[in-house]
Amino acid sequence: MNIIVCIKQVPDTTTKVRVGKDGKHIDPGGVKFIVNTYDDFAVEEAIRLKERFGGEVTVISMGPERVKEALRMCLAMGADKAIQLWDPAFEDSDPYTTALILSKAIQQLPYDIIFCGKQAIDRDTMSVPVYLAELLGLPQATLVVKLEVDPNARKFIAYRDIEGAKEVIEGLLPAVISTQWKLNEPRYPTLPNIMKAKKKELKELNAAALGLDSAQVGEKGSRVKVLSMELPPPRSKGKILKGDPREVCRELVRLLREEAKVI
Amino acid sequence: MKIDFFNTESLLSEEEILIRNTIRKFVDERVIPIIGDHFEKGTFPMDLIPDLAKLGVFGANLQGYECAGLNNVAYGLIMQELERGDSGLRSFVSVQSALVMYAIYTYGSQEQKEKWLPSMARGEKFGCFGLTEPDYGSNPAGMQARAVKDGKFYILNGTKRWITNGSIADVAIIWAKLNGQIRGFLVEKGTPGLTVLEMKKKLSLRASITSELILEDCRIPEENLLPKTEGLKSALSCLTQARYGIAWGAVGSAMACYEEALNYAKTRIQFDKPIASFQLIQEKLVFMLTEITKAQLMCLQLGRLKDKGEMDYTQVSMAKLNNVHMALEIAREARDILGANGISLEYSAIRHMNNLESVKTYEGTENMHKLILGQKITGIPAFN
Ligand SMILES: Cc1cc2nc3c(=O)[nH]c(=O)nc-3n(C[C@H](O)[C@H](O)[C@H](O)COP(=O)(O)OP(=O)(O)OC[C@H]3O[C@@H](n4cnc5c(N)ncnc54)[C@H](O)[C@@H]3O)c2cc1C
Repeated sequence: MNIIVCIKQVPDTTTKVRVGKDGKHIDPGGVKFIVNTYDDFAVEEAIRLKERFGGEVTVISMGPERVKEALRMCLAMGADKAIQLWDPAFEDSDPYTTALILSKAIQQLPYDIIFCGKQAIDRDTMSVPVYLAELLGLPQATLVVKLEVDPNARKFIAYRDIEGAKEVIEGLLPAVISTQWKLNEPRYPTLPNIMKAKKKELKELNAAALGLDSAQVGEKGSRVKVLSMELPPPRSKGKILKGDPREVCRELVRLLREEAKVI
Repeated sequence: MKIDFFNTESLLSEEEILIRNTIRKFVDERVIPIIGDHFEKGTFPMDLIPDLAKLGVFGANLQGYECAGLNNVAYGLIMQELERGDSGLRSFVSVQSALVMYAIYTYGSQEQKEKWLPSMARGEKFGCFGLTEPDYGSNPAGMQARAVKDGKFYILNGTKRWITNGSIADVAIIWAKLNGQIRGFLVEKGTPGLTVLEMKKKLSLRASITSELILEDCRIPEENLLPKTEGLKSALSCLTQARYGIAWGAVGSAMACYEEALNYAKTRIQFDKPIASFQLIQEKLVFMLTEITKAQLMCLQLGRLKDKGEMDYTQVSMAKLNNVHMALEIAREARDILGANGISLEYSAIRHMNNLESVKTYEGTENMHKLILGQKITGIPAFN
């Protein structure tokens, strides 16, 4: 099987995020970047399919030089090839243009199945996999917690947890699958595989190589623009009521009703 | 988690960073949540071993025999991260890799290497290293253990004490005198005449198994002699490997303690302010970070020298001596900053502090490393 995984490099969850000077981006200084948590499940599922049915896993990421580190991590986990998509024109791409850029790269490759994490933990839009399936004209299953693939019948069965129920859907391959955290337990890369990762192919493609012109991508091509970004206000201090328990209770109820407006 | 004041990361290769990050993640996810309980119960977290083996940490800096074949800096970074979890876990890996596998790799016959190294790398077989005796610790040259040739066998007699992993080892490397010369012998588990007792009542390195090995007319086949061992220097060369890993490991302990102390100081309020706002506390934190930074640079250069084949054992002595000393100081200061919480296993400072007391003693006590360096710089041995 030819398996493609789209991954994003995002700030580590333990990083203290600061807003950059322009008020529209996070300040990358001092930020530790990791492979998006949900993409780990996508990479793991892809490698398991390859181990089962044979074939090749290609990981793709759109992003600047630093995303190579994330791609190498996926190669170390067991992916075979990596492609970095970058061009200064890609800067500030929204989910739609990101999916467009990914789709152009994928159209140059043979593929039977495409995996994405269900969402990136930085922007949380959950939309790239959906756009991607649309742009490629493929069936899709999102937030998948269990997956069965039959490469001969060219079919998949995907299990989804929906509000109060489980949903089972069947579809034809090729398809786009977005992965939810219950799907599997991502492996740690082994030390020998980390050493081998450096020798694996890591290709770079720019806008021209993808047949995209700069008006289609980046901020220009985007449907959604970030106007401003700010940190949530710091939590205000709590209140401690002191005195006679009965009066404190009365005061508490009054505050809950009138100030906090929760009862 | 990034304590790297002098940006030493810029001196690491991409692979070295990935390797460190992988072990770091493993330790954060798998070791730190459970290790306090093991320490309290006095048990080793054996269920981590298959996964550590799968990662490839055993004998990671050896070539061939299913070992990962990493350079020594990457190996050092693994030790640092493991000991950031717990010195007991790092000790397990040190014994298996630097003492046992290294000894077989360097002094073993081809058959011995093929028999033991791949299964040890896979974490199916474990070894221990029996040098210390009840009456001979810092002075192993005086050891009492004896081997005598008897036809196609050797007969071993003696007692080895304070042997890490003794009770779970499939094979013990026993150092004993054969015709007056110290040699290494492979004694397999279950050999008649070998008794292994687990040592209890330890208040340090509790998440690690320590044992006493008693050999009474223990008869082993002649092919179990490590043929290339010749004298105490063979045993000491293994210690150099393990001490190298300890120099890195101590930095990991210190990093864990510093990080915990810093976070605590920033959030613990006394006199209406975080305690981090008091000069006396800041002085301690600055001391910790400065010592860690110096030790990081020392380790890295030591590793680069080792990779070039230019490392001298006295340099390892200096790094082991300095880094364990500073880590112990830092652990004590961290414990102090945490106040009463500092004595609880809910936090890690006291666990690291107690562990480091063992690390200070084993693999050459602090004093012995001072004497080694004293001899190196004056040319005068002051051991006796
Ligand atoms: C948890 C743990 C695990 C261990 N694991 C192993 C293992 O796997 N294999 C193994 O072989 N051993 C192991 N050891 C043993 C360890 O290596 C010895 O304890 C160490 O070498 C010190 O020996 P000793 O305890 O006999 O102390 P001693 O040699 O009796 O030393 C006592 C004190 O005297 C000092 N001293 C001794 N001689 C001099 C001198 N000439 N000048 C100045 N000061 C001196 C020492 O520095 C020390 O402070 C382990 C020890 C511990 C605690």
